[in-house]
Amino acid sequence: MKALVWHGKEDIRCDTVTDPEIEHERDAIIKVTSCAICGSDLHLFHNYIPAMMPGDIMGHETMGEVVEVGSGVNGKLKKGDRIVVPFTIICGECEQCRRGNFSVCETTNRNKKIAEKVFGHTTAGLFGYTHLTGGYPGGQAEYLRVPFADKTHIKVPDSLSDEQALFLSDILPTGWQAAVQCDIEPDDTVAVWGCGPVGQMAIRSAILLGAKQVIAIDRLPERLSMAEAAGAITINFEKESVVGRLNELTDSKGPEKCIDAVGFESHVSVAQPDSVLDRAKQMFMMENDRPHALREAIYVCRPGGIISIPGVYGGFSDKIPMGMLMNKGLTIRTGQTHVNRWTDDLLQRIEDGQIDPSFVITHTMPLERGPEMYRVFRDKQDSCVKVVLKP
Amino acid sequence: MFYLSNYVRSKGDPKVVSSGPSSLTSADRLARNLGWFSIALGSLELFAPHRVTRTLGMEGREGLIRAYGVRELLAGVMSLSVDKKAGMWSRVAGDGLDMATLASELRFSNRRAGNVLVAMIMVGGITALDYIAAQDVGKQHDPKRGRKRDYSSRSGFPKGLQAVKGAALPQPASAGIGQREPAPF
Repeated sequence: MKALVWHGKEDIRCDTVTDPEIEHERDAIIKVTSCAICGSDLHLFHNYIPAMMPGDIMGHETMGEVVEVGSGVNGKLKKGDRIVVPFTIICGECEQCRRGNFSVCETTNRNKKIAEKVFGHTTAGLFGYTHLTGGYPGGQAEYLRVPFADKTHIKVPDSLSDEQALFLSDILPTGWQAAVQCDIEPDDTVAVWGCGPVGQMAIRSAILLGAKQVIAIDRLPERLSMAEAAGAITINFEKESVVGRLNELTDSKGPEKCIDAVGFESHVSVAQPDSVLDRAKQMFMMENDRPHALREAIYVCRPGGIISIPGVYGGFSDKIPMGMLMNKGLTIRTGQTHVNRWTDDLLQRIEDGQIDPSFVITHTMPLERGPEMYRVFRDKQDSCVKVVLKP
Repeated sequence: MFYLSNYVRSKGDPKVVSSGPSSLTSADRLARNLGWFSIALGSLELFAPHRVTRTLGMEGREGLIRAYGVRELLAGVMSLSVDKKAGMWSRVAGDGLDMATLASELRFSNRRAGNVLVAMIMVGGITALDYIAAQDVGKQHDPKRGRKRDYSSRSGFPKGLQAVKGAALPQPASAGIGQREPAPF
């Protein structure tokens, strides 16, 4: 089959690989009908996330049709079922899964020993990600083996198109969890740093959750226009001061709730000197992350406020203003998304027409053009916000 | 071809059979090769400056060569990073400095003037490659490539913004995380 394979920094190829096989009785194989490139795939593309290996198949936003089922799936799935595959692989039985903390499932990371050494404790296995999270082959391919398939799936009704359902795999629940973690109240201002796909979903989630005003921060006009379409007030940080404008919009009190949907690859600009220093340190492996957006959020957030971080962080971040964080009494909530905690509710909202996540798709291409689309997405060419690939 | 991950994979995982086209462009590859060249030259200049000064008749200027070595290493690291364009242009600037230094050593009194001339020709060739790579990398990764589009009609709310604002009840995460009832499967 064809698959997008990581061969090193900025080197993704559309390779011919062997077909996946059922390995365990709880496995299923799906024929992929749609998959997408995620912003966090770019961290792997840039080789900032450790423990990738040449030959790893990319992709963790995938859906398709079940073509083979292991004997232990126990009727939960059958051939022909149409499913979205959540990016977190879950057993559904461990203590964390029982609590709904699916992204820290204690069972599914097959490289648990390494994860325990690096993170202190294991986290869930993830598709198409680092070997620290199991190194499971991803879904930017024609077929995907889904481990623990009896639990790791979201059944999709025929009434929804692939484009409407696909983002239940990651970005929609990720944006949703980011907003839910903010404990939004009706008089809250929610500021969202980053208007990429997760930021766009977080903006819409904050609106659904009833925020008084949502403020979107980015520098790309096309992304800001998409945020504005959902009712957000926009700030182009290349044209105006983020702190100044946020204070202006909140009677100098700052937003109560802040969402960092940027993560560890903040834009580098001399107007943000800390980002230049971070970049230099990153180049010489003295720091993993460029947390400019997080620093800014901590600075501008209203005392007693909440900072929610759906953006991915890779390792060590320098110069996080802990004194500011502590003295302002801010709460930080973060984590990989507990996808299945939210998907029943979100699927219902899509079916009810409250939200249609397909708005974010700007490019639909055959899988073979995946390597090129990684470049286009990374370089933000052709007003690219979200790429869907069709195997 | 050897793929390490083929050997660390479990039985059911796909193995690479053959490779297809890469996301790396020819300009990326050229920049990467020039980056490694920078690292090699920089290391030589930093750790064995005497070899360089002897070859070029520049004895006594080892400190300068060491400084150039550091410059080459920095340019190499930048060229190998995702900020290749900055790395390439820093190499072009460095080439200019190298050329000026070599030109100052091209005099009749220098018994190694022939070597200096050869070095200048080599630096000229490398400069051309650096310039081409800098231009091509800049063009290929230019965010201005492609159409500029406006997404101001993409609300994502089929029923309209006013109909859905506040449609979801707030769900306090503090009361939920770690204590919530298991989600139904």
